[in-house]
Amino acid sequence: MAALINVPAKAKRGDIIEIRALTSHIMETGFRHTVDGALVPRDIITSFTCRYNATEIFRADLFPAIAANPYLSFFTIAKESGKLEFEWIGDNGYSSSASASITVE
Amino acid sequence: MPTTRRQFLSLAGSVTVAGSISIITLRPLAATPAMLNSAIRSVVGEAQLRTGRVKLDIPPLVENGNTVPMTVSVASPMTADDYVKSIHVFNEKNPQPNIGNFHLGPSSGRAQVSTRIRLADTQKVVAIARLSDDTFWQVAVDIVVTLAACTEEMN
Repeated sequence: MAALINVPAKAKRGDIIEIRALTSHIMETGFRHTVDGALVPRDIITSFTCRYNATEIFRADLFPAIAANPYLSFFTIAKESGKLEFEWIGDNGYSSSASASITVE
Repeated sequence: MPTTRRQFLSLAGSVTVAGSISIITLRPLAATPAMLNSAIRSVVGEAQLRTGRVKLDIPPLVENGNTVPMTVSVASPMTADDYVKSIHVFNEKNPQPNIGNFHLGPSSGRAQVSTRIRLADTQKVVAIARLSDDTFWQVAVDIVVTLAACTEEMN
């Protein structure tokens, strides 16, 4: 699935950096009905995790009240150069991941 | 005897009251404030919930409840021994009281999270922060929603 990640390519050691992550997902609430009255089954992303060089720095539990194409913005301290990994887990075995690299000077 | 204006108005008033009651009972899907309270208690437990330190940035008037930008920030130095452990956001009248739980740590640097949420009705949104000393701080914001999320039919 397509994901949009925004991480500064370069940062000074100790800087507080903003990380933004957007992924495409319907986030079907499970509360809507079709015109025939049938309930549309729930299909949402339930968990998002961000790891910075394999250490978890941010985690979110998501519920149907999160809008479609979930967007999250959060902060971390730039400690060392390396990789940021993003993982989305959801209903019906949904799983997707993305990564971005950062250079810390 | 012809109906007086006073009698007519009192009758019309009682019909309106009865009508509005039946409208309310037609909406069992909505999270009641009791559900909101139990959802909050499941996170907070018996701990005291204090007001302050948390800031919830959300438009007070929302035209489209399907996507509402929201930012929660907490006044915290975010050091190794004084930081925000987690931020929990709840609503009053969506079918479910939970919106999201966000887990932070001292490496976050700044206790601030943004996302986009759905709101099914004009209602109250509550944000609660759990600090590293296990105290809980909350803020509540009232939001007017003109086009509700969740209720439309799927084509």
